[in-house]
Amino acid sequence: MKSLSKIKLILIIASVIIGILYATPNFFKTSQQVQSFNFLPGKKINLGLDLQGGSYLLLKADMDVVFAEKLDSVLSDIRSSLRNSKIGYKKLSIQNDIISFKKRGDTSNEKIRSIIFSLDKNLIVENKLDSFFIKFSEQNKKNITKTTMAQAIEIVRRRIDETGTNEPSIQQQGADRIIVQLPGLDDPSRIKKLLGKTAKLTFQLAHPSIFSEDLDDNTKAPPGFVKLQEDKNPDRFYMINKRVMVSGEMLKDASPTFDRNNSPSVSFQLSALGGKKFGRVTGKNIGRAFAIVLDGKVVSAPVIQTQIFSTGQITGSFTVQETNDLALVLRSGALPAPMVILEERSVGPGLGNDSISAGKIASIFGLIAVMVFMLFTYGMFGIFANIALVCNIVFIIALLSIIQATLTLPGIAGIVLTMGMAVDANVLIFERIKEEFNSGRNILDAIEAGFQRAISTIIDANLTTLFAALALFSFGSGPIKGFSVTLMIGIATSMFTAIVITKYIVFLYSKKKGINSVFLQD
Amino acid sequence: MKLLRLIPNNTNFDFLRIKVIAFLFSFIILTGSFISLVVNNLNYGIDFKGGILLELRSKNPNSSNINELREKISTLNAGEVSIQNFGKETDFLVRIQKQEGDQKEQIAMIEKVKSLIDKDYTVRRSEFVGPVVGDELKTAGIYAVSLALLSIMIYIWFRFEWQFSIAAILALIHDVLTTVGLFSILQLEFNLATIAAILTTAGYSINDTVVIFDRVRENLRRYKSKTHYFIYNKSINETLSRTFITSVTTLLALFIIFFFGGAVLSDFALAMIWGVIIGTFSSIFVAVSLLTYFNINKGEKIDDRTNVPEYEKEN
Repeated sequence: MKSLSKIKLILIIASVIIGILYATPNFFKTSQQVQSFNFLPGKKINLGLDLQGGSYLLLKADMDVVFAEKLDSVLSDIRSSLRNSKIGYKKLSIQNDIISFKKRGDTSNEKIRSIIFSLDKNLIVENKLDSFFIKFSEQNKKNITKTTMAQAIEIVRRRIDETGTNEPSIQQQGADRIIVQLPGLDDPSRIKKLLGKTAKLTFQLAHPSIFSEDLDDNTKAPPGFVKLQEDKNPDRFYMINKRVMVSGEMLKDASPTFDRNNSPSVSFQLSALGGKKFGRVTGKNIGRAFAIVLDGKVVSAPVIQTQIFSTGQITGSFTVQETNDLALVLRSGALPAPMVILEERSVGPGLGNDSISAGKIASIFGLIAVMVFMLFTYGMFGIFANIALVCNIVFIIALLSIIQATLTLPGIAGIVLTMGMAVDANVLIFERIKEEFNSGRNILDAIEAGFQRAISTIIDANLTTLFAALALFSFGSGPIKGFSVTLMIGIATSMFTAIVITKYIVFLYSKKKGINSVFLQD
Repeated sequence: MKLLRLIPNNTNFDFLRIKVIAFLFSFIILTGSFISLVVNNLNYGIDFKGGILLELRSKNPNSSNINELREKISTLNAGEVSIQNFGKETDFLVRIQKQEGDQKEQIAMIEKVKSLIDKDYTVRRSEFVGPVVGDELKTAGIYAVSLALLSIMIYIWFRFEWQFSIAAILALIHDVLTTVGLFSILQLEFNLATIAAILTTAGYSINDTVVIFDRVRENLRRYKSKTHYFIYNKSINETLSRTFITSVTTLLALFIIFFFGGAVLSDFALAMIWGVIIGTFSSIFVAVSLLTYFNINKGEKIDDRTNVPEYEKEN
């Protein structure tokens, strides 16, 4: 680069101006202020939950429960298929996630296998003599998980949206997990409560002659019935018919209200189909107890007084908050799988603000310290390196804004650290120039050779650092990912500023003035 | 303007002469790290161990008493509880072990603590990590560190000779192990940020090593008739000023994070401060010293490749 190309200069200036334009919005307090300068292209950097305050929840769908349910329905399908084909069987049951039965009569094994495969071709079917063993294949499980998760995310979103939380982010992670991020919400206990219920609602008849008073811990249920606890009172049991008359999917709406005794309750409205069914069941069973079962527990079991069609009320010993939440989860629909909270992190606004101001102070002090040090060590060249450093920071902020990265507290540390490390490329170049100069070259040759030789070193050294940052990115979640992103961007921009901007300034300066006197004194 | 001169021009220290002492030092800190890891293990944070963490700030700045808080929380029978001051007089970090039973018990315990201290303290941060996640993070952390080391090793092997990559990777492992050892000896909390610090340190240290190796490679070609010993020493000396200045600017930034970045970042900064110091040490005294045990081929003369002026060529 013996002559200074104008094009290069224009490109450098353009990149710096673009950088400044994209970086500027971050220095405004509010986004309203940003909007009033509508010539600015960019948005502010997203602040991570650790800086703006908020909650992070990692949920896992309990798929084993779903697999068991689905296997149950495969069993009923097998039963009805065998019956329809008039094939005798015995001991049809599920044990350890495997359906098994023995055939009776002389139907060929092949035929039975083909009947089972016609239900689902992915099932694994083994048979020894007259016994058949059926279980889910990995493909089955994959498919089930996929549809379950799609539904679950939808339901989770609906429930959170109903609470009016600002800009929640709900994403699937891995096969069976959901990350929920709730900016600005530092106490997620209500959300956790809402997500803690699958909210599977069913209406089932109670046993006509076995009443709660007759039941205790040891009572066994007769065939076709199941003993269920009362929701609010675990010592009270009900004997409930296994057959589900009407279920929560047939709900059209639910809202909190008060019953005749003025205690909180939930009123619901059924769909047309649901209403018909409800009317038929209640019409035929006047005088019998009709249990409202929520997630396997009896909420209440009122005695049917008259035929009821599409609207009804769920009473129990509820508080107002509970009826609000119950109505909400009923409206949003049942979760297809129970959700387990694996991880929860909440940061209050106080800590977030403190972290931001600590980050600001550290950044400013870091910048000043490094710049002063460079100035005193390298004099004029130190000033060049400092110009490059400031450009570097502008580029980092601009790039973070452009890719809409999330800035976390470790991310701020990454920026401060980059300030310390970014001057390295300049130091390498300058030390090399000095060496070349001391070994007898004239100053312009020394600069040229210094840059040329330093660049290969800079690339080698920075690429290896980049590998470490990439490993960090692949490992990290949340804050750590934010840190690795700033680190990677910092590596890239510091290489650019040193190789392009510093070089240009040095040449420009040495062309204009005889720099020997200023540049390499002593 | 009189410039600051931390390292004089044209130093000529005989670094390799003291390599045995340096190895001995490395041996001592490595052994110390191992012993501490066996005896003390690591003070895993809840990221890896699972459990509950709450950061509290007293609402009444004059009567913040750690014993009072300890007594209060002990009424919950939550098992192993640790309470310490965090950054400020009025701030406390409460760690509670993983509760018996399933996730619900953990969530319930957070709520219990919150309602217990609600009157006198604000909850600034609350975290709960289930044991499944902790184990996964441990595996992921080991995996990430190994991946970083492996990819760095392969890159150096391609760009240099295989001897360089072995020396560099041993130096890196040295840095990683002693940083982990430091956390064990001081019983600092070992958490996600620590893994980030270790990987960044590794990145810094390898950066340093590569700069010196780069010069070694160049000098091997340039000074064909000189001994390896001379070339290694010369390379260290030639890059010494840069090594030192970069360490100083990085340390400046880190000390500032340590003092002004808030309590959350201080352990992170501490790990990196150690990492930068040990990384600089190991680049010179582990990586280059190890090279002396290989007989590295001096390769073709550099003159064919780059334009070295006449006066630099030796005869």
